[in-house]
Amino acid sequence: MAKPSSHISVRKIDGVTRIDFLDRNILDELNIHQIGEELLKSVESEFRPKVIVVFTNVEHMSSAAYGTFMKFNERVKSRDGQLRLCELKPRVYEGFVITKLNRIFSIHESWAAALDTLT
Amino acid sequence: MTTPAPLFHCDHTLCELRTGLELVQDEVAAALAAHGYEDGAMFAIRLALEEAIVNGFRHGNRSDPTKCVFFRATIDSVSAEFEIEDQGPGFDPRMIPDPTEDDNLEIPSGRGVMLIKAYMTDVEYVRPGNKLRMRYAKLRA
Repeated sequence: MAKPSSHISVRKIDGVTRIDFLDRNILDELNIHQIGEELLKSVESEFRPKVIVVFTNVEHMSSAAYGTFMKFNERVKSRDGQLRLCELKPRVYEGFVITKLNRIFSIHESWAAALDTLT
Repeated sequence: MTTPAPLFHCDHTLCELRTGLELVQDEVAAALAAHGYEDGAMFAIRLALEEAIVNGFRHGNRSDPTKCVFFRATIDSVSAEFEIEDQGPGFDPRMIPDPTEDDNLEIPSGRGVMLIKAYMTDVEYVRPGNKLRMRYAKLRA
């Protein structure tokens, strides 16, 4: 069952945590701070979490948002978990390429493709 | 025959980040649309403005609520030019570590200036570094 929050929706599907964004723009620093806290909370009680973040709704991302995802990635890794990103719009993906963060994150075209890489 | 949109110019003193950003983004988006800028240009300019204004408040003014950010824009059908000036001491942009270097890749901050440079045609920090001039050329060579 979906657990709605102000910025993200978190669902558990067959042992995988699926996170969708409810906002089109992940820009505003105040929103990003809240999103960051919600992301961290989504894995706080899990050991070896498997997480897929779905970007379908996201049209803009700022540099502060990249920082938030990096901290989330670190948190997931610190719990021996796996994080995947998927369904990024070309312009959002371009930002990851410009900043070379596509080398840090595991980014996939679809939910199914991301799911396939989880071990 | 269609009459070209008139030159757009605005000059604002922004004293609060969120309301200032909304004001600027709404006005600029309307002006860009009136001058026929495409979605890719709108995306690039929106992102650069967000980064520049947030940097002005957060890093330039160090979130001091008594300080403001001054914003000026001039937009026509050839290019969009912006000036963002904060009331801080300025900085040397050459001193910002390259966030794409392997050693810096996992540092969560420091990508705003890089994104501005990537998305805008010309970017210049005016000494002492508290004023940013940036330009987006609609018709790139």
